Amino acid sequence: MEEEIWNIGYLVASILFILGLKKLGHPRTAPTGNLYGAMGMLLAVIVTIAQMDFGATDTLILIGAGLGIGALIGYVMAARVQMTGMPEMVALFNGFGGAASALVAASEVFNLIQNEQIPTDWLTLRVAWIAIGLSALVGWVTLTGSLLAMMKLKGGVEIFGKWYRTPTWGPEWLNYVKGLFLIGIVVLIYMSIDEASNPGEQYALTEEEIQISIIALSCILGVLFVLPIGGADMPVVVSLLNSLSGIAAAFTGFIIGNNVLIIAGSMVGAAGLILTNIMCKAMNRQLIDVLFKSFGGSDKEQVTRTKIGSDPEEVAMVCDGISKCVIIPGYGMAVSQCQHQVREFADILEANGCEVKYGIHPVAGRMPGHMNVLLAEASVPYEKLIEMDDINSEMGECDVAIVVGANDTVNPAARSGEGPLAGMPIIDADKARVVVMVKRSLSVGYAGVDNDLFYEDKTMMLFGDGKQMMTELVSSLKEL
Amino acid sequence: MDIISIGGLIVYITVFVLAIFLGFELITKVPPTLHTPLMSGANAISGITVVGALILLKDSTSIPFMSPELLAFSALILATINVVGGFAVTNRMLNMIAGKRGGK
Repeated sequence: MEEEIWNIGYLVASILFILGLKKLGHPRTAPTGNLYGAMGMLLAVIVTIAQMDFGATDTLILIGAGLGIGALIGYVMAARVQMTGMPEMVALFNGFGGAASALVAASEVFNLIQNEQIPTDWLTLRVAWIAIGLSALVGWVTLTGSLLAMMKLKGGVEIFGKWYRTPTWGPEWLNYVKGLFLIGIVVLIYMSIDEASNPGEQYALTEEEIQISIIALSCILGVLFVLPIGGADMPVVVSLLNSLSGIAAAFTGFIIGNNVLIIAGSMVGAAGLILTNIMCKAMNRQLIDVLFKSFGGSDKEQVTRTKIGSDPEEVAMVCDGISKCVIIPGYGMAVSQCQHQVREFADILEANGCEVKYGIHPVAGRMPGHMNVLLAEASVPYEKLIEMDDINSEMGECDVAIVVGANDTVNPAARSGEGPLAGMPIIDADKARVVVMVKRSLSVGYAGVDNDLFYEDKTMMLFGDGKQMMTELVSSLKEL
Repeated sequence: MDIISIGGLIVYITVFVLAIFLGFELITKVPPTLHTPLMSGANAISGITVVGALILLKDSTSIPFMSPELLAFSALILATINVVGGFAVTNRMLNMIAGKRGGK
């Protein structure tokens, strides 16, 4: 039988990927979608190994070892990660994917160079060398960009027991530097083709040196790309890098002439871009602004006003006997890991006959759906998590709004039409009769804009770590 | 490396472009809860490059130091981490969300 017959398996795998991705977008079918994706991947791997006529024993051992080591590491990492570490984990896996595509490209090109099998056919050489160059560019950018994004999500990195904060730095001219790097890489790809098609002539750089330069420049470009972007925008960046890693896989498909790579890769690339756009829309920002205009982090407004903090007993008394309470969580809840305390607090209120709902801002936290995942971990029923638009229509009837570690997402300054927050949709916490803010200080949020809500008379500030404050609030409520 | 004909190249480019359009159409309205799982699941699918690594290793019997085989072998490991880790972590997230909802 023709071995090409196995390619039907790739078709089935591609269909499974398409259905999987489609189903992942709907709540009820999402787990099935994930299963379809995994089945498609398993099928693609089996078909690939089967096409080797099950190969020589040594080859099978080698491949088995690679798959085994990778599967073990991947599974252990996935099983061990805390739900709050999710975004970092996705960023890291994404970087690995990009690096894998780039390594395949590198392996192929060095193999051809070392064995002097550089294609002599005009078209083949150009297709192969352009695909290899682009795969290297996108793949290595994805790797270093994702690693930096991961460190930014963590807020810093520990080297030999010392904690270094991840820097955010990017003057206007850095964009031109990035442009130069990109042009440099394109020129290098052109040089590599030129040199490969004139084997007799002497060039300043050998073919191998050119390929290594492409890799080096791409790695630096990835770092420069993410460096100026602040931590709050990392979800958008991770999503975009996810899209890029798909594109890298598609280019790799061109190199080895494999349709399933091209289909799955470009599909993920396109779908990732749409998802990135959805996220940007939720933050009311343009993708271009996120990527090329430094935002937040720099020139933060100085806070000059003061506000006297309240204590948990005071807040507990206010919460006694109310009929409707909305909890608005933010990144602070993720940092202090206080979702269980928040839930306990809600349980007590509910036991006293109060209606408790959670208002979820689409970009609360560091990842879309970040809050949903955290609250799900604390066993908060799904139907109590209300999306921004729906909760806003109810805020007027709300007795107490509890804002746990959020700032920009409830800042009324967003309605004014001026400043960095202008036009961002917010949760109307200020429409509640009483607003309680659990926050470490009066400092500005990520956008660097002071929040008028803090200083309103109906606002009570609970200064302190989210977990500690929520714990004290719970015990005060119990004592009433 | 196989010779690529114009016809073959056009088939690849056709597949590439159509798959991009398909990807654009696949994702339309996604509830925020599913943004992270969707990103993670799509990321796992982009680990398809594991197939590329396997194809490059199809005639290898050993991995000499600093060789193209070593690069392909590293690619195989990294891609497998991406695939297995990605699907496992997506599954964990979805179970958490779906499990809670099933209880209502």
